[in-house]
Amino acid sequence: MNPGYELPLDEAAYSFGFLDEYAKREVRRAILKAVSIPGYQTPYASREMPMGRGFGTGGLQLTLSLIGPGDTLKVIDQGSDDSVNAVNLRHFVELTCPGVDTAERTAEATLIQSRHRIPEAPLTEEQLLVLQVPYPDPLVVVEPSEGKRKIMHGEGDYSRLLTKLYEDIVQFDEITISHRYPTRINGHYVIDPSPIPRYDVPRLHQSRALILFGAGREKRIYAVPPYTVAEPLAFEDVPFRTEDFREEHGNRRACARCGAKDSFLDEIILDGGEKTYQCSDSDYCNQQLAMRSAAVEASA
Amino acid sequence: MGYVAIKGGGRAIEGSHAAVEALRAAEGEAGTPLSLSTIENQLRLLTSRVLSEGGLYHPRLAALAIKQFQGDTLEAAFALRAYRSTKPRLLETPVQDTSRMRLIRRISSAFKGIPGGQLLGPTYDYALRLMRLDLADESSEAFRAVARRFMQGVPDTALPDSFPKVVDALRAEGLLPPLAPRTQEAFDITREPLVFPVPRSAALATMARAETGSLLAIAYSNMRGYGDVHPTIAELRVGYLPVMLPHPVTGEPVEAGEALITECEVVAMYEGNNSDGPPVFTLGCGACFGHNEVKAISMAILDRALQKGMRDGPRNPSEDPEFVLLHVDGVDSMGFASHYKMPHYVTFQSDMDRLRTTQSKAKASAKGVLA
Repeated sequence: MNPGYELPLDEAAYSFGFLDEYAKREVRRAILKAVSIPGYQTPYASREMPMGRGFGTGGLQLTLSLIGPGDTLKVIDQGSDDSVNAVNLRHFVELTCPGVDTAERTAEATLIQSRHRIPEAPLTEEQLLVLQVPYPDPLVVVEPSEGKRKIMHGEGDYSRLLTKLYEDIVQFDEITISHRYPTRINGHYVIDPSPIPRYDVPRLHQSRALILFGAGREKRIYAVPPYTVAEPLAFEDVPFRTEDFREEHGNRRACARCGAKDSFLDEIILDGGEKTYQCSDSDYCNQQLAMRSAAVEASA
Repeated sequence: MGYVAIKGGGRAIEGSHAAVEALRAAEGEAGTPLSLSTIENQLRLLTSRVLSEGGLYHPRLAALAIKQFQGDTLEAAFALRAYRSTKPRLLETPVQDTSRMRLIRRISSAFKGIPGGQLLGPTYDYALRLMRLDLADESSEAFRAVARRFMQGVPDTALPDSFPKVVDALRAEGLLPPLAPRTQEAFDITREPLVFPVPRSAALATMARAETGSLLAIAYSNMRGYGDVHPTIAELRVGYLPVMLPHPVTGEPVEAGEALITECEVVAMYEGNNSDGPPVFTLGCGACFGHNEVKAISMAILDRALQKGMRDGPRNPSEDPEFVLLHVDGVDSMGFASHYKMPHYVTFQSDMDRLRTTQSKAKASAKGVLA
């Protein structure tokens, strides 16, 4: 019926970084704007990527626009390099970005793309962290209209968000926001820091690494530049609190695998119904395990 | 205490790909692989849907996507969109003249007779939805005879090259407002994000590649009573539109090819006088790639509803540009629905932390009350 429509000759013949150069240039311009106005949600066109909207297409567009040969990329999901989605994203970058190395060691990476976690190991000025974002706007819990939210952000009007926190305290005696904790950047814009746990929110404050947030479906890019003030919303008498990993006697739980007592833990239900706790950051867990066995060898 | 292995994601993905591919070929020795031309022709309405939702006019790639994703319209449209991301934008298409469409069908429900005549063409509208059991066991001979027989019955008289538009007649009579001069360049939704308020061209482009079912559901809410468009179809036409592009050297428009499209224009009741002229009917416009009449009609109704919402403020979901335009894209909505299947261990850990803390506080205060 349509003999004129030829199939592409080679399915692998995509340009470096999959996106066409105009698309990458647009993303880079949006990044510059986002860095210049810390916490401001910069709109951009956001191309469709060959993985689902919601699977990190915003983060991936940032990564593909920034990465070049000589870079070392680490991809994690839930803290793990080997989580199905991290494997998939890493494989895609390997396929479309020849010359880019990938690594699991946090310290070796120049660019880290992550979903739901900030690595436990402190980042450096030479590193760049890209976080995947499902909901870029912290005001969406109190205002569904994007037009109205934009005005509220411009006026720095976060009163309804603070009222929500206050109502939580009245009803539950506790702020019930578990993750995506609203955080004020550089004294003005409040951001949704992506679904990182509250445990990771303090890492945004005065971070040495540039932290970029990409929301592909919602078409927004925003940034926490290095050495920027990041304050989770709280009250003078009700401070911000991170996840509590103490057991019933008040002792900090340890990772069942490496023994670390200073990491965010995954709660795992074993076959017998018994619970165990393990580091969510798999590289951190491996490093702790290696240090422990080195210490055992040294003392033997 | 035991622990859970932190490796294995890569192997699991490989295994799942093999399993889904095995299901595609589950007929085994008795199976015949689908050819792209079979899909494009025998599943032409499916191909149409994928073309329009994918926002890329490439029927063969659409057929390939349908084959690869085993008939899932959302996935197939998604694959076309992702392919589109790798292509640069070469130029801006000038306004195309749909009166020059090579029609296979055109109807008007406003007038019994229209200039150029009604042309019922291929449709199931008046078919009885009874199972045709003869198709269950159709022989190749019977199948091949169908088109041959049809072509024998076709009269020699050629159809005219161009059919006048019904809305032009309404305009000439003063029942519709004259065409407003174009004041803005068309909004390119593939190059600019929707930041509200958006121009009508952005709304039309978004709906043209929207998911059919989503568009239908919101348009239907307006038809049923959450809105009051009450449309009459001035004209619905399906056919091949000659695509005119500027010649790279001379700049003169040349025919670069043709695209099967569906176009629908609905006329709605007039409203209170908001300008100086006499009251006139109002118009809603819908158009999409491929043969997809429900989509074009839904889009035309929503175009009308959104114009009203943009002017007077939305009184129903279907009149709210944000509500409609941010929720009709199949790639966005299916992607987000699917993403909930991904691990959410960390956020769920945080959720449990909040619930347990709140529970223990509630217990403590209950004890306090008892004591």
